[in-house]
Amino acid sequence: MSNLSITNLTKKFGRTMAISKLSLEVKSGKITVLLGPTGAGKTTTLRCVAGLEKPNEGEIKIDGILINDLPPKERDVAFVFQNFSLYPRYTVFENITSPLRIRGFSREEIDKKVKETARLLHIEQLLDRKPIFISGGEMQRVAIARSLVRDSRIFLLDEPLTNLDAKIREEMRTELKRLQTESGATFFYATPDQAEALSMADWVAVIKNGHLMQEGTPAEIYHQPRNLFVADLVGSPSMNFIPAILEGTNLNVGPGCFVLPLTKEIAQTALGKLSSAQIYLGVRPEDILISREQKEGFYPGEVEIIEPLGLLQIVRLRLDGYFLRVRSEEKARFTVGEQIFFNFKENKLHIFDRQTEERIW
Amino acid sequence: MNEFQRRKAKNRVIVVVLLVILVVYFFPIYWMFSTATKSKAEAFSFPPKWIWKPQFNNFRDIFFTGTGGALGRVRGIEVESKPSAFARQFTNSIIVSFISTILATFLGALSGYVFSRMTVRGKDDLLFVILSSRMLPPVVVAIPLVIMCRALGLFDTRGGLIIMYTAFNLAFSVWMMISFIDDIPKEYEEVALVDGYSRFQAFFKFVFPEMRVGMAATAIFNLVMTWNEFTFALLLTGENARTAIPGIAQSLGTAGVNWGQIAAGSFLMVIPVVIFTFLLGDNLVRGFTFGAIKE
Ligand SMILES: Nc1ncnc2c1ncn2[C@@H]1O[C@H](COP(=O)(O)OP(=O)(O)OP(=O)(O)O)[C@@H](O)[C@H]1O
Ligand SMILES: [Mg+2]
Repeated sequence: MSNLSITNLTKKFGRTMAISKLSLEVKSGKITVLLGPTGAGKTTTLRCVAGLEKPNEGEIKIDGILINDLPPKERDVAFVFQNFSLYPRYTVFENITSPLRIRGFSREEIDKKVKETARLLHIEQLLDRKPIFISGGEMQRVAIARSLVRDSRIFLLDEPLTNLDAKIREEMRTELKRLQTESGATFFYATPDQAEALSMADWVAVIKNGHLMQEGTPAEIYHQPRNLFVADLVGSPSMNFIPAILEGTNLNVGPGCFVLPLTKEIAQTALGKLSSAQIYLGVRPEDILISREQKEGFYPGEVEIIEPLGLLQIVRLRLDGYFLRVRSEEKARFTVGEQIFFNFKENKLHIFDRQTEERIW
Repeated sequence: MNEFQRRKAKNRVIVVVLLVILVVYFFPIYWMFSTATKSKAEAFSFPPKWIWKPQFNNFRDIFFTGTGGALGRVRGIEVESKPSAFARQFTNSIIVSFISTILATFLGALSGYVFSRMTVRGKDDLLFVILSSRMLPPVVVAIPLVIMCRALGLFDTRGGLIIMYTAFNLAFSVWMMISFIDDIPKEYEEVALVDGYSRFQAFFKFVFPEMRVGMAATAIFNLVMTWNEFTFALLLTGENARTAIPGIAQSLGTAGVNWGQIAAGSFLMVIPVVIFTFLLGDNLVRGFTFGAIKE
């Protein structure tokens, strides 16, 4: 239960800039998720915190004390590795107890803690086996167990759920979150999976190529993405983007597909912030209304594909050379090739500068 | 022929070929052993005798003078039985080879670990320099080495030979160990480091056991090379620290050739390496297939 503060962290591998000037607060007792695509620098960041990698620049502090030069064992952090390394020669039990044994815990304490942790992660029946005799998902749970078995100041989890199948993954998400809330531990959690990030995090930091793109609560990240990258990364199915040109108070979408009138407020803000009239119009699939009948202010589009997702379905509309993915309820029946009409929910439009890729509305 | 018969026939052919190879490989050893245990007349009879009554006095005679041994240079007339020169040379061989093998393998493992895991400034150049110590033919470096050994008082001492062979085998050991250690996931130690082990504890507890395979393979190569080394053993030693390989060769020149004793000595020279290889053999085979087993 400690907080971690990273300031201006920079790490180079030869000429590759893995992390550049990353600053981030990981608050005590919260889950902070590091979200980014592969190669973004998540693992490198966690390794710097654990002391397995020496940063080129920047400060890493735990509870206000600089730890840059401490060896890993004095940092008192736990780490679940991305490839869940376990000691091949030791049984699951020995693997889990290794951090306790080196710290001189007594036999009874060790037994008690292992029992607890194993029950939590449903691996009691595996304790006597060697890692090669258990499945990938089980190995991952053992790796998690090993890090949770002792009370570390910070828990670093590097994609701990990636190797699990969808069902167990969702179960484990909830389990981990519950565990963290109960114990009040500090989690610093890396994942490329936006759904995992949104569902688990108290605070999300989005990184790309070693740069911090945006940080905030899951809701902020989702509803107010700072730029095209974040908007595109978060949400499933992801946001629709169509190029458009700002013409007075109208958006010429496509251009040439349809003309969308903007409110005065949006038009003015856009005008003030834009460097040119070239923009991207961004709108999430759930913020589009569709209907069979032509209504006031609706635009026509042709149904291209329908992807059923159980309760919901994704309808893909074809416009001139672009398409819009729309989330609609299953009850609404459409047929492929049919012409239908769509409009956007009020105040749900996003406008991105095409040059800077920043969101200006 | 159906598939099954074809495969059976193929297997038979393979077995026959293997048998032939086996006979060819083991024939010299058989020949050594038979010559060593035959009487002089039997040893030279032609066609060779395939059945004989084995005698082991050649083995005794190479270790003790005073019983008519020619390998141990007999000086003067019959004296009471005492260890021969060959006995000393054989002991030298064992001591020098085993100690230098252990040293070279262990040091090679440690340096290999450092080269494999840590950032070493000028790593590639260093590795090249290490390897380059093996590039010159022995004769080229022999004279400077002899001079150096004399200056340091290491000439004709076991210590001198041990240092020489260790240094010599180290190059090979380092390179070999690096490739073995590169194959061990570095996460093993990293997990340990985060778990609370120091670098040293992590190394000995988690990496070292994984390295045993590579070390066994390296050790066998080192031993074979040291055990059979001739040039330096001849040039850097005199009476005292000479090893058995140049020793046997030398005995060819003096006091006539006693083939029975030479065969006995040669046969004995094969034994330690064979025992050592058998003891580590399991590991060795696994060592060579190491890359194949791992995923
Ligand atoms: N040891 C290394 N040597 C050289 N380059 C490295 C090393 N480790 C990481 N990199 C580079 O640094 C960048 C960040 O890598 P990192 O492993 O932190 O990404 P990541 O976000 O964890 O990706 P993933 O989701 O695939 O695990 C990548 O471009 C990677 O190639
Ligand atoms: Mg990673």
